[in-house]
Amino acid sequence: MSEPMPPSLVTSPPTTEPTVGNALEADAQEKKSRDKPRGLLGDAWRDLRRKPLFWISAALILLFVLMAAMPFLFTSASPSEGVLARSRVSPSADAWFGYDVQGRDVYARVIYGARASIVVSLASTFGTVLFGGMMGVIAGYRGGWLDGLVSRLGEVFSGIPFVLGAIVILFTFNGPGTNRGPWAIMAIVVVSLVILTWPVSMRIMRSSVLAVRDADYIVAARAMGAGPGRIIFKHLIPNCLAPLLVYSTILIGSFVGAEATLSFLGVGLRTPVVSWGIMINEAQNYIRVSPFLLFFPSAFLVTAVLAFVMLGEAVREALDPKLR
Amino acid sequence: MGRYVLRRLLQLIPVFFGTTFLIYYLVWAVPGDPFAGKCGERPCPQSYVDFMTEKFNLDKPIIVQYGTYMKNLLQGDFGQTFGGRQISDLIADAYPNTIKLAIVALVIEAVIGLTAGVITGLRRNGFLDNLVLVSTLFMIALPIFVLGFLLQKWLGVDLGIVKPTVSNPPSIGELIMPGFVLGSASMAYIARLARTSIAENRRSDYVRTAIAKGLPMKRVVGVHLLRNSLIPVVTYLGTDLGALMGGAIVTEGIFNINGIGRQVYRAIVTKEGATVVSIVVILVLVYLISNLLVDLLYAALDPRIRYE
Repeated sequence: MSEPMPPSLVTSPPTTEPTVGNALEADAQEKKSRDKPRGLLGDAWRDLRRKPLFWISAALILLFVLMAAMPFLFTSASPSEGVLARSRVSPSADAWFGYDVQGRDVYARVIYGARASIVVSLASTFGTVLFGGMMGVIAGYRGGWLDGLVSRLGEVFSGIPFVLGAIVILFTFNGPGTNRGPWAIMAIVVVSLVILTWPVSMRIMRSSVLAVRDADYIVAARAMGAGPGRIIFKHLIPNCLAPLLVYSTILIGSFVGAEATLSFLGVGLRTPVVSWGIMINEAQNYIRVSPFLLFFPSAFLVTAVLAFVMLGEAVREALDPKLR
Repeated sequence: MGRYVLRRLLQLIPVFFGTTFLIYYLVWAVPGDPFAGKCGERPCPQSYVDFMTEKFNLDKPIIVQYGTYMKNLLQGDFGQTFGGRQISDLIADAYPNTIKLAIVALVIEAVIGLTAGVITGLRRNGFLDNLVLVSTLFMIALPIFVLGFLLQKWLGVDLGIVKPTVSNPPSIGELIMPGFVLGSASMAYIARLARTSIAENRRSDYVRTAIAKGLPMKRVVGVHLLRNSLIPVVTYLGTDLGALMGGAIVTEGIFNINGIGRQVYRAIVTKEGATVVSIVVILVLVYLISNLLVDLLYAALDPRIRYE
């Protein structure tokens, strides 16, 4: 998958006063904690805990996060130390995954590659949700010309085909000849992913804000003299967050894939950074003679995306009232 | 209906100009010498620089450049590459291949995805249902380029069933594997969409009525259920057509197809700004118009939807 999920797949149910119904239900079930009713998230958590899919994906993600944070726990070899004498040596007991063209340990590179993927996908998801969500709240709550402007802007950005837009942006700011450190390269990739995907989160947030904007509890809060800031943060956002949250868990997985695709094309992350996409890019010329160079990073990449997609699936089932 | 179409077409105009200007700006207003590397391992002669600056209006402000470009474009002139080749020729060579690829991908994903979705939607929670659910998860998680390389290596090189790369112009048969790769993720989405919406509508009143009337199951599913459940799938297919054409860059690169994606990638790398912008203009147009057509198809498929 090279593109983030289409918006049509993320259902945004009109969350009309979910807390009330759930609070009542929770109240009936747990009489002891009457003063602390469970909200939507508490309910979802209870649902999630019973799903094997959730635990499998959570364990995998934990493993990948550990790899990203402390790669030295998994390997003592260096990911960037190349010895040309062992170029493309096949997997053996010494090096489980063999050595690449430059004679670097593929196992160490695959482990260290987790960091780039996890950091880029988490940061881009955070950025997309924050920026898109903010725009969605503004557009939905204020309405009028501001809504029109933000919606048109969103259409402009979502009119660009994703891969194409990312290549143009990244080639402009991260093209060959630029010489940046690993963190700067990652930041550029993150920003361009956010620029191209924020309209989807904007639309999701906007539609759920529109659905609850005129709900009774908002009117009541306004009647009691609450300002727009208090209404938005205290009443609107907690009740509109669920669809966006579901979308963002799925989005993490697609960003892992998107980052790898861009790195594979040679415009995303580049060599001071170690990443699975770069490894696959370097391996593509040796598919026929050394297929293991392609196989191991691909396997890690697919497992990582799969883990996040499964998590998103489990969260969606837990949070979507339609599927209850 | 007519007024609705007109309003939508008018809404497309600012989006079209916004998107193309954004790309135009990114391609042309970038800091950096547009002539770097154009004349081999030496700086370009001043006469060449002057001539090209004049030809592409490089000394004018970006708005003026964009305006001139659009004026020429509306008269059907896509401009020339730095090498002097007509960009319209370039597109005419490459575009049919991309359209062929996108249509093959669309047909494959629609046939396989719908079959899987309908079968599992009608019989939920069986073995087949779980198998399809797991395999769609895999399809979604498998990036296009990984799947492309794996199939190319396995079917093309190891087993020798298909040719690993395609000829130019490609035949439909050669495009089946690339089309499958290109449509793989969408196939999974279609299967899931169809499954959910079939399963939802299976419990609806009109299906119960149809069964109670004594209609054969084939007719209930084929006419009543399918027609109503197809709406989200059709929307998805329509928007996907635009995405498939823009997303074909990776697939076309792997299978060596001379399509629009490979041309645009080459143009970006060699800094052929005019080519990049021209291809993006076409892709954006296709994308916007396919979205509009999908909305109109809605009304044809669902009699409850009427546009004022």
